[in-house]
Amino acid sequence: MVKLNGLMVKPVLLFGYGNLSRGDDALGPLLLEYVESHCDLERIEILSDFQLQIEHALDLENRSLVLFVDASVACVSAFDFATLEPARDKSYTTHAMSPAAVLDVYQSIKKQTPPPCFLMSIKAEKLELGEGLSTQAENNLEQACQFAEQLLQNPDSEAWLQQANTKIKTLPLI
Amino acid sequence: MYEHLETAENRESLKRVVVDPVSRVEGHGKVTLLLDADNKVKQARLHIVEFRGFERFIQGRPYWELPVLVQRLCGICPVSHHLAAAKAIDQLVGIDPENLPVSADKLRRLLHFGQVLQSHSLHFFHLSSPDLLFGFESDISKRSIIAVLGEFPDLGLQGVKMRKYGQEVIRMVSGKRIHGTGAIAGGMNKSLTKAERDTLLEDSDQIIKWAAASVELIKTVHCSNLPYYDDFATIRSNYLSLTKPDGALELYHGGIRAKNDKGETIMDHVDYCKYNDYIHEEVRSWTYMKFPYLLSMGMENGWYRVGPLARVNNCDTINTPLAEAARVEFKAHGGEPMIHSTLAFHWSRMIELLHCAESIKELLHDPDIMGHDLVAQGEKRYEGVGVIEAPRGTLFHHYQVDENDIVTKANLIVSTTSNNMGMNESVRQVAAEYLSGRELTEPLLNNLEVAIRAYDPCLSCATHAMGKMPLQLELIDAEGKLIDKLVKHSDGQIERLDG
Repeated sequence: MVKLNGLMVKPVLLFGYGNLSRGDDALGPLLLEYVESHCDLERIEILSDFQLQIEHALDLENRSLVLFVDASVACVSAFDFATLEPARDKSYTTHAMSPAAVLDVYQSIKKQTPPPCFLMSIKAEKLELGEGLSTQAENNLEQACQFAEQLLQNPDSEAWLQQANTKIKTLPLI
Repeated sequence: MYEHLETAENRESLKRVVVDPVSRVEGHGKVTLLLDADNKVKQARLHIVEFRGFERFIQGRPYWELPVLVQRLCGICPVSHHLAAAKAIDQLVGIDPENLPVSADKLRRLLHFGQVLQSHSLHFFHLSSPDLLFGFESDISKRSIIAVLGEFPDLGLQGVKMRKYGQEVIRMVSGKRIHGTGAIAGGMNKSLTKAERDTLLEDSDQIIKWAAASVELIKTVHCSNLPYYDDFATIRSNYLSLTKPDGALELYHGGIRAKNDKGETIMDHVDYCKYNDYIHEEVRSWTYMKFPYLLSMGMENGWYRVGPLARVNNCDTINTPLAEAARVEFKAHGGEPMIHSTLAFHWSRMIELLHCAESIKELLHDPDIMGHDLVAQGEKRYEGVGVIEAPRGTLFHHYQVDENDIVTKANLIVSTTSNNMGMNESVRQVAAEYLSGRELTEPLLNNLEVAIRAYDPCLSCATHAMGKMPLQLELIDAEGKLIDKLVKHSDGQIERLDG
């Protein structure tokens, strides 16, 4: 599926990023593995990478809904689910752009508002090279996977927005 | 040559300026300058401060894991490591390159062309185009692909899309954009489907067109200020690369050719399995990176450069028409057999980009890439050497295994290592010719980075932490006292701290 001509087959993009070899940084890609084996992927495309870069803006083309998944040491609870807006932060100068900066690039190059985008952050503790998941991260991943599974059963931006606006994240009532 | 600036006398009496890290390169390095009281440069060094240890920790692993394991060396050119390791383990299962199934050979070539295309696009558009389009001492806010997208939106987007196309070639051949699989001992584990082939083919003409435009762009940039571009960071050196048996440019498999600075052949069509007879490595105490050299010429004169400039300099022809025409024009501009301009790395890199785009289209029209005879088997051996032209230059993988197929010895010479002396010499040339005696400023110091960046050094692999690197400049007086300090924080904010 080449995107030069803007053609896209699946309307929902699930993009998990992180390094499988760096402890809890693997949370994003691991959630994708769960979704691949537990969800109907007819309308969902799964993409994984080490970090976000400029060209990932092109992966947003012709999507109706996008969910980014990342590990986060700043996350307060087991996981968080929030809406994303384009933002020109400083991460564009680095190898690891923020999802908001990717949306900003999309907006710059496409001259249009990006599709509805959401970020699922899963709480991480240890990001050491060569380490496996920490025990706490395993528990967090389990909860996040259940949440994502139910979320993806109803890929509707309004329903996701409502879910993102609730302060306490529980399994969505779908 | 500028080797006299490698180690200064009376170092304790000199001021020290550090550029740490060198930015818009893959990995982590720093430059140190030692200056006298008149700001004359007395010593300039590029230090590689990462320690990898890959050769050590792959020992004890079964050989068939190697093509997957070694990809972790790098997030930008994992395919090159993947294929170099695969070529080495082909030999461990008794398969020489000429006995690889035709479909497997062509799929590997397609994979590699995709790799070089995406890597060259990344380097030229994402990392170097801000310097080339806005100037080497431009405002720091302009030194990113975002600024290029803002002021040259069509051009910037073409660069991003070319990289993405290369990644799609990789994904379809190997399963993933980075760190996919594909090559296995003796062949490949899958071929392309017709649908995959057709999808890639759909965009191939557009990619060739953009690649050709990229060659024109860098030619225009280079020739618009020819004396400067031909002098900046320029050094005379030997060059080493693989070539085809007929002397044509070769990226996947060939014999080793080395030429001296006058274009005279030092060696040609050398079997790379015997590289140890021709290339040795020297260690210096101030850097983790070794200094390879041609044994026949000795440590002092035997160092060489690799990569696009070496390949385009060394080859007699390129077997795709547009890239060949570009090569002929490139070589003609210099007026001597070899082009030594370090900034000409960019021009030669774009010629290779065009060659990759043309070659991808050619291979996509070849039915063998959809063939099903993908793996060959032979008689077990205990030693294998795989060599490939990675985007940044000649890459050597050498393994030995025991009777249980466990790796007992590994030696890697990565492309950037071969360019170690070249990069140091270019840094010293810029320090001596462009910085010495001047009051150093941050934009001025970017000149050092421009010189290093031309080589497209790949010093590390992708990690989140890379984005958090600060830039720190320190000015220390003759007594060792810090008198000035500029810090760029990870959020991009620049702060001057009191000494």
